[in-house]
Amino acid sequence: GKAVSLAVEPARPLLWVLRYDLGLTATKYGCGGGLCGACTVIIDRQAVRSCLLNMKAVAGKEVTTLEGLAQNGELRPLQKAFVKHDALQCGYCTPGMLMNAYGLLLKNPSPSRSEIIEQMEGNLCRCGAHTRIIRAIQAAAEARGGAQ
Amino acid sequence: MKRVHSTAMDINEENLQLDFSDASETGPVLPVDRRQFLKLVGGGIVVCFTIPSSLAIQEGERRRGGGQELPQDFNTFLKIGEDGRVTGFTGKIEMGQGAMTSLAQMLADELDVPLESVNMVMGDTDLCPWDRGTFGSMTTRFFGPPFRAAAAEAKAVLIELAAERWGIAKNQLRTKDGTVYDVSGQKKATYAELTKGQKITRHVKGAALETSRDFTIVGNPLPRRDAVEKVTGTAKYAGDMREPGLLHARILRPPAHDSKLVHVDTSAVREIGGAEVVQDGDMIAVLHQYPDMAELALAKIKSQYDRPPATVDDKTIFDHLLKVAPAGETVAEGGNLAEGKKGAHNVVEAAYLNSYVSHAPIEPHTALAKIEGGKATIWASTQTPFGLKDAAASLLGVPAQNVRVITPYVGGGFGGKSNNQQALEAVRLAKLTGKPVQVGWTRAEEFFYDTFRPAAVVKINAGITDSGQISFWDYAVYFAGARGAAHFYDIPHHRTVAYGSGWTGVPGSHPFATGPWRAPANNTNTFARESHIDMLAVKAGMDPVEFRLKNLKDKRMRRVLQAVAEKFGWTPAKGPSSRGYGVACGIDAGTYVAHMAEVEVNKTTGHVQVKRVFCAQEMGLCINPEGATLQMEGSITMGLGYALAEEVRFKGGEILDSNFDTYNIPRFSWLPEIETVILDAKDSPAQGGGEPAIICMGAVIANAVFDATGARLLQLPMTPERILGALARG
Repeated sequence: GKAVSLAVEPARPLLWVLRYDLGLTATKYGCGGGLCGACTVIIDRQAVRSCLLNMKAVAGKEVTTLEGLAQNGELRPLQKAFVKHDALQCGYCTPGMLMNAYGLLLKNPSPSRSEIIEQMEGNLCRCGAHTRIIRAIQAAAEARGGAQ
Repeated sequence: MKRVHSTAMDINEENLQLDFSDASETGPVLPVDRRQFLKLVGGGIVVCFTIPSSLAIQEGERRRGGGQELPQDFNTFLKIGEDGRVTGFTGKIEMGQGAMTSLAQMLADELDVPLESVNMVMGDTDLCPWDRGTFGSMTTRFFGPPFRAAAAEAKAVLIELAAERWGIAKNQLRTKDGTVYDVSGQKKATYAELTKGQKITRHVKGAALETSRDFTIVGNPLPRRDAVEKVTGTAKYAGDMREPGLLHARILRPPAHDSKLVHVDTSAVREIGGAEVVQDGDMIAVLHQYPDMAELALAKIKSQYDRPPATVDDKTIFDHLLKVAPAGETVAEGGNLAEGKKGAHNVVEAAYLNSYVSHAPIEPHTALAKIEGGKATIWASTQTPFGLKDAAASLLGVPAQNVRVITPYVGGGFGGKSNNQQALEAVRLAKLTGKPVQVGWTRAEEFFYDTFRPAAVVKINAGITDSGQISFWDYAVYFAGARGAAHFYDIPHHRTVAYGSGWTGVPGSHPFATGPWRAPANNTNTFARESHIDMLAVKAGMDPVEFRLKNLKDKRMRRVLQAVAEKFGWTPAKGPSSRGYGVACGIDAGTYVAHMAEVEVNKTTGHVQVKRVFCAQEMGLCINPEGATLQMEGSITMGLGYALAEEVRFKGGEILDSNFDTYNIPRFSWLPEIETVILDAKDSPAQGGGEPAIICMGAVIANAVFDATGARLLQLPMTPERILGALARG
């Protein structure tokens, strides 16, 4: 990650600062109320909804967005698994799905199917890629012992 | 089966579901002038597709107010560049359905090039051939054949170039892996070598395709070509576009449809630094560099609206619709109903209801409009870029060629992104401010302005003989539309009538906008028909699969039904068997589907857990079995929503659902085990794949709930409350 210094209103939501002030557009707006998960990012190894988080709360913290998931152009096992298992269609919920799943694997490198379902429950996909997403998370966990 | 009435001339919006062909409507619309176009696409071999004086041209002329001779030679379908790379052009867009992959696959196959050397340019109105829109599962069916014909023509040009260069007869030449070679093995040249320095434009006048060929790439399961971009976040959607000086707009909205603004005070907006108010007629908008600041500024506006009294809500809507229904149109008819009734041993009559349903794509409607030097460029999440181009030109009062619509990735459409309201708002504000403007709807705006799947009623009266033959079938559908209304069973005396047959309703019917929703009308019609068939099977004392087969001559339908039964492990039993098994079948977009489901019903809470859904599908030639499977799984998963939970609550023009806290779409925990089978039919033409597998979801679950509990659900969605109600009624 890269340290950035920004003078912004402390009450502004992280989502919009990422998307407009920093030009990091991978993180998506879906509902604005923490109800769909499209805006999920990782802060302090936790998956959080960036639409509900203001800048004051994230000052000095390390924020990982989907742009930061691949390392030197090399996709993470989780990203590779999403590609391999076609775990997406329109792709709009995908950044949130990946970051939420990444947060899950940080906490629990070998989640069971029911743990995956429980952790992903708040992330919505309208195209119906759910079956593939579960399969991809399982495959990523198996392939590399989670996100490590 | 009797076909739905349709004439080729009658190409209006309501008839989209019928037998029209996209191929005959690759319109004659000139995107930019010829020189400009060739400059944009560069040198090489360019293949255009010209439909000689056809309905499409008449239609195109009619659409533009008629008269003038329209150019016919700018429908460029593909280009082979001087580097040998192939670019396919299509007015279709990619919204997750996988056309970017399947169309590239068709091109690569027809041209004999590796898939990696094909790029697709989609939904750019300056570069792509005119297209009515991406809906109706029509891409493969109707755009596919001329697209493949263009590729065949390009290949013929390459062979001619090689024949000329080597002085060898064309019939001695073959193509493979992006090269032309002669059969003796003496000569070989890559497409890049042959194309270099060439500027050849060819016109195809009709699809002269080999009827059967050995496909090398078509028919192979291929992963999505957009996946890497989408897992790295580099895939761009309309909201990800940026322009220097871009302003983000939030627009003042009424609390209910048909409300009138009576008082407004925008003075407090100035408390938000950088916010600008724009008022133009009925539109009041706040613009700011950041959308969240625009949102804050909008909240500073004090407004008061006059709302008409609510006369209808989500409970009374069905009676209202029956009251205001216009005269019916006969969709299919045969025999004599009175005769059929005489022969009926048992008669079943029922009315089926379904509520309004939202499209709810995760990407809300978004657009960016920029106007420079009299030319507008619009980046929009849209299923109809060419429709938007025309609408924007007419809004701005400029010729259509002064507008360019570019469609980035679309974050889900399902029929809901055809209206382009958000893009026209952006165009209007860009014109008023002289700056690029982005309009990105909030989730609440998305629910408020959605063109919902219409609430609808189906009434069926049908009877069986004492031997279990369906003797008559009297079917009336109100406000859903006619797609999927005609039955396909072997019934001697039948009539199918559609009242208010378009999905947009008639004036005074729906209190807000309605429109096509994935497999429009067919979800409603299949729910009603297949539920009713199940009730007849019970009356006949027969297993529901055996009953269907006994009343079914259609070979394709018998085949999918038998295929799914085998895969599912269906064993005959009279319903309700308490196993919780359901079956349903249907036809959509030329494709046959049959579903089986297993459910578990909690009789205390009314909660339904769907354990398994199996689906067999026969779709003719399947271009990409992997893509088709994704669409089937997606349809099944999405269909759980309208079957079990989704319904828009409203009071008159006020939409009570504004976010995903009260409007429930399918989640991970709802997932059944899903199995899909695509039946081999590669000698028949390719049919639709994006919608068919969703049509049975209401009926297959309702029939399974009946099988589990003996309770018959006649209304969608089957909420726990309605399940408990049906259980109480017995």
